Amino acid sequence: MPERELTFAQAVREALAEEMRRDSRVCIFGEDVAEAGTPFKVLSGLVEEFGRERVLDTPISEAGFTGIGVGAAMTGIRPVVDIMFGDFLTLTMDQMVNQAAKAHYMSGGHWKVPMVMRTTLGATRRSAAQHSQSLHAWFSHVPGLKVVLPSTPCDAKGLLKTAIRDENPVVFFEDKMMYKLKGPVPEEDYTIPLGVADVKREGEDITLVATSSMVQVALGAAVLLEKEGLSAEVVDPRTTWPLDEKTIVDSVKKTSRVIVMDEGYGRYGVAAELAAVIAEGAFYDLDAPVKRMGAMHVPIPFSPPLEDVTVPTEGSIFKAAKEMCGK
Amino acid sequence: MSTVTSKPEAAAGTLNEKEKWLRAYRQMVRIRLFEEQVNELYTRALMPGLAHLYSGEEAVAVGICEALRIDDYITSTHRGHGHCLAKGASPDRMFAELLGKEAGYCRGKGGSMHIADPATGNLGANAIVGGSVGIATGAAFASKRLGNGRVAVCFFGEGALGQGSLYEVMNLAQLWKLPVIYVCENNLYNEYTHYSETTAGTILGRAAAFGVEAATVDGQDVRAVNSIAERLVKRARAGDGPAFLQADTYRYSGHHVGDVNREYYRSKSEEQHWKSDRDPIKLHAKWLIEHDYADSAALDRITVEVRSEMEAAVKFAINAPYPSVDQVDEDVYA
Repeated sequence: MPERELTFAQAVREALAEEMRRDSRVCIFGEDVAEAGTPFKVLSGLVEEFGRERVLDTPISEAGFTGIGVGAAMTGIRPVVDIMFGDFLTLTMDQMVNQAAKAHYMSGGHWKVPMVMRTTLGATRRSAAQHSQSLHAWFSHVPGLKVVLPSTPCDAKGLLKTAIRDENPVVFFEDKMMYKLKGPVPEEDYTIPLGVADVKREGEDITLVATSSMVQVALGAAVLLEKEGLSAEVVDPRTTWPLDEKTIVDSVKKTSRVIVMDEGYGRYGVAAELAAVIAEGAFYDLDAPVKRMGAMHVPIPFSPPLEDVTVPTEGSIFKAAKEMCGK
Repeated sequence: MSTVTSKPEAAAGTLNEKEKWLRAYRQMVRIRLFEEQVNELYTRALMPGLAHLYSGEEAVAVGICEALRIDDYITSTHRGHGHCLAKGASPDRMFAELLGKEAGYCRGKGGSMHIADPATGNLGANAIVGGSVGIATGAAFASKRLGNGRVAVCFFGEGALGQGSLYEVMNLAQLWKLPVIYVCENNLYNEYTHYSETTAGTILGRAAAFGVEAATVDGQDVRAVNSIAERLVKRARAGDGPAFLQADTYRYSGHHVGDVNREYYRSKSEEQHWKSDRDPIKLHAKWLIEHDYADSAALDRITVEVRSEMEAAVKFAINAPYPSVDQVDEDVYA
């Protein structure tokens, strides 16, 4: 029997529905999450099954309902807080960074904050600078938070189920350009642990470490490279914290060349951190300097020809990889 | 070791009037003498960092917490020692936390501004002004959803009125009819600035805008605070929704223990007026004596007992060991 295929959005919805059936403490808060099912329609059908007591439309008050999520998580609810666009995370920062991330440590381990914040990242949707950012590096920087970046429907489902069951605050970033991406998703119940990277494609000549939206781009570049006789390995960390350093370093030791790509800003970002991990772990195995590829250091512009050059593409990765391999 | 650590009997209504008000007196004295010891620890350079004293505001914490069950929730502030004690925390573990000792409520990782105690429903003191308004409201959401009848009290100073998140959560609490009580302790000063310079309109008008039940009380009168708290807690528990209480009070000390030269923002005569004429402990003592619930000798005995309790608690904390360094990265994640 051929494996079942779901879109990324369907996989996310299925993970939520299954966890809500399994655990009556799981509730969803956010803007237009109930009947509207969010503008991306990711949550369609959930309010019909679980009711408005568990799928709660909020006012446009990101700080307020995130804070309510933190308090509810501390006192027996498993909230999934929906932040429609990742750009709106700026409004939640005190609640996430000063409250959710620190409550466990600061209380000497007494209080826990088992909540998930689902949000989006990614440019090229023609939405301009306040609806296109990829701000996961900010959260990866903060001890006490976990950060998940699924790149396939299968990973999205398995990682989200794990995130909901985790006892810590987890920020779950979904690439909004990927919601319609289809991929195989097992029928049976499964979860994927946080902190375990996945080698999405094996190769010998160069490693492409890619996160979230960049994984599919890297896989596309790998196909182009294959035609040039270059074998690229694509490693997807899947979570930036906890981070599976070993899988990344082992791959680089094998191939001796690496490009790190992430849709957040390259400077001071996730790509910078991954490059540092590789430099510390595999420096003497490298035949070329580690290369970072991230969003250009500009606010994301609206005009399509401008926007398209701000993020790494199959073409730009292909070119960079070829050069690194001396071809 | 403490003589008053929890109050299930008060919640159960088994205390008679005399016992109830003597207990409130003792609780206020405990907070006052706790803070005296904190100041002493600071001036003797035995305490790392700073602390924000609650002296002068005791009737608010005690009046409110005496209306709560042990499993009701509170969130507190940087000026939180009074709330923690009033909700049932033990002074020995509190002092240990203030000194960064492993025996402290947070194993030394939180300090003065972060005391948290699940056993008494204390979700934690918070060093971000207005930082806990969401947490308290979220706890009220959980109580309603889980049907456990718990009420959440969110303490904050009038300085938090400047934070927008307060209005976001009050709006939601009213929409969702959550059992949360926002207690605004108006001690007149946002740190070093009189609140009239920072606060347009009226305080109660803010709550009224959302249709939240709102009231003002003399925060130096423990019985008045308790009476209104009983009413607001009862209606919250009954499912009638949130409330906002403005308690007018005064901070005897500076913003923190190191804020000793205060004349550029308030006069000594103003401070003296509150201490002489509006002191919540003196006012309650007078009432207890007038009602023949105690004589001054009995009240003095309470003070002596509490002082010895606090001295023993400080001694415990000073002698307690620091956490071992290998605990530094414990409890980052659950």
